[in-house]
Amino acid sequence: MRPFSYTQSPDVTTAVQEVSAQGAKFIAGGTNLLDLMKIDVMSPSHLVDITQLALNTIEETPDGGLRLGALAKNADTAYHELVQTRYPLLAHAILAGATAQLRNMATDGGNLLQRTRCYYFYDTHTPCNKREPGSGCSAIKGYNRDLAILGTSEHCIATHPSDMCVALAALEATVHVKSSQGERAIPFAEFHRLPGDTPHLDTNLHPTEIITAIELPAKGFAQHYAYLKLRDRASYAFALVSVAAALELEGDTVKEARIALGGVAHKPWRVPEAEALLQGKPASKENFRAVAEAYLAGAKGYGDNTFKIELAKRAIVRALEQAISMEGKS
Amino acid sequence: MNSENEPGNAVSQRPTLPDSRPVTLRVNGTTHHLQLAPWTSLLDALREHLHLTGTKKGCDHGQCGACTLLVDGKRINSCLTLAVMQQDKAITTVEGLAQGDELHPVQQAFIDHDAFQCGYCTPGQICSVIGLVNEGQAKTLDDIKDLMSGNVCRCGAYANIIQVAREALERNTGL
Ligand SMILES: Cc1cc2nc3c(=O)[nH]c(=O)nc-3n(C[C@H](O)[C@H](O)[C@H](O)COP(=O)(O)OP(=O)(O)OC[C@H]3O[C@@H](n4cnc5c(N)ncnc54)[C@H](O)[C@@H]3O)c2cc1C
Ligand code: SF4
Ligand code: FES
Ligand code: FES
Repeated sequence: MRPFSYTQSPDVTTAVQEVSAQGAKFIAGGTNLLDLMKIDVMSPSHLVDITQLALNTIEETPDGGLRLGALAKNADTAYHELVQTRYPLLAHAILAGATAQLRNMATDGGNLLQRTRCYYFYDTHTPCNKREPGSGCSAIKGYNRDLAILGTSEHCIATHPSDMCVALAALEATVHVKSSQGERAIPFAEFHRLPGDTPHLDTNLHPTEIITAIELPAKGFAQHYAYLKLRDRASYAFALVSVAAALELEGDTVKEARIALGGVAHKPWRVPEAEALLQGKPASKENFRAVAEAYLAGAKGYGDNTFKIELAKRAIVRALEQAISMEGKS
Repeated sequence: MNSENEPGNAVSQRPTLPDSRPVTLRVNGTTHHLQLAPWTSLLDALREHLHLTGTKKGCDHGQCGACTLLVDGKRINSCLTLAVMQQDKAITTVEGLAQGDELHPVQQAFIDHDAFQCGYCTPGQICSVIGLVNEGQAKTLDDIKDLMSGNVCRCGAYANIIQVAREALERNTGL
């Protein structure tokens, strides 16, 4: 690791002041940042430790939602009683990611900002536009089995690796952020970016802003949901494709459907127009397949990852079926 | 990460070396006062500075679990945290489990169940089983397998390790 200086912030005001220095970065759980610093993919010259800030609580909001402090641990969030009972989709998605050890360390804010797992991004000997803007993308014509099929650009085909974020996209969470300039609330769909010609930017968070909380709206879809994660081994692997599915049913008819995909794009992937195809329709396999086709309409394979297109379609259908049957869930 | 002025490896003003500072660590009930550079991981502080080499370094990247230990009773990967960030917490390593000559029941169970071969992953596995019990989330055999998946064993002693975990949960042997 390259040398850096370190301070621990006592409060949010100090934290956002300290992070505005050249080369400074926040550190929370450290599980992504230190990993990348050890291999020189990231090299901040100053770390602002935010773990002592009073941002680790999980509280109900006046309008019936839930506010997850940015420093709440992934494990504490997933096992929290209100998350388990009202937002089980989120609990399942978090528990499908990483390991018990990592979830005990990782924070909810840090999870949103974890960086891609593209192999070339990690390999400082190869060109990568995300790591070194303008150097080229090694993945597009290289080995790209894990990479994106939707929303890609000629500059980057990386995916966002988070499981938690896929559920947050389906639940339409809001990200609360703060800087010395003030506060703002970012709808989840606008938090992460597509690569376009600025693949070095993962999100619309400004580097001097801190995430203070993630807010869940009242509607938690606790009756009919599924988080389906397809990967190369049953535990402790990133998703090839994942689906967060949430349904509101009236008898056999779909009142509302939410579907978000992970492992396929630079951000959790949602297509509200395709979700709307299910509205007022019978919850049938044919209708699910039609939605799946619409979701993947613009997909483009790059060779090694082309299999993901059909895999994602089938995963959508299966996740929706699981959301209906709720098999294996108490 | 997303700053336009900090793409990739851009290196801006580096502090001059050495930048060591006082760091207080409470390990297995003993308080240690150290002088550490901020980039010292908890794992390196234990192994290189306190000479507590029971906690192992496998990958140094959160991928193998060899460095698993307990902080306030819960499992973490000590390779992915800075020592300076773990001050004033109760750190328990494999060295802190036995009472004198008497092994912790989970240590004894690893012997009784023949749950290791080369032994490199074992300190991490032992701490992980104790953490699994403390955390209280494993209800079924599938839960045990999933919640122990952060500890890789190259010798493939998994079947017996899972037996140890199962027995520990039945006896409720935490810390
Ligand atoms: C071996 C391994 C396997 C993994 N598997 C999975 C998986 O299957 N699924 C999955 O979803 N994840 C997985 N992860 C990733 C893990 O979930 C993330 O590393 C973790 O969520 C990051 O959180 P953190 O608190 O440790 O972040 P840190 O590493 O502390 O920070 C990450 C980034 O966020 C910034 N940051 C942190 N908090 C804030 C804040 N409040 N405001 C502004 N900026 C902030 C930091 O500056 C840094 O740039 C895995 C990680 C490892 C090492
Ligand atoms: S896909 Fe993106 S992250 Fe991967 S090599 Fe190309 S530019 Fe880099
Ligand atoms: S050494 Fe820490 S997880 Fe491998
Ligand atoms: S006993 Fe050899 S790695 Fe587990």
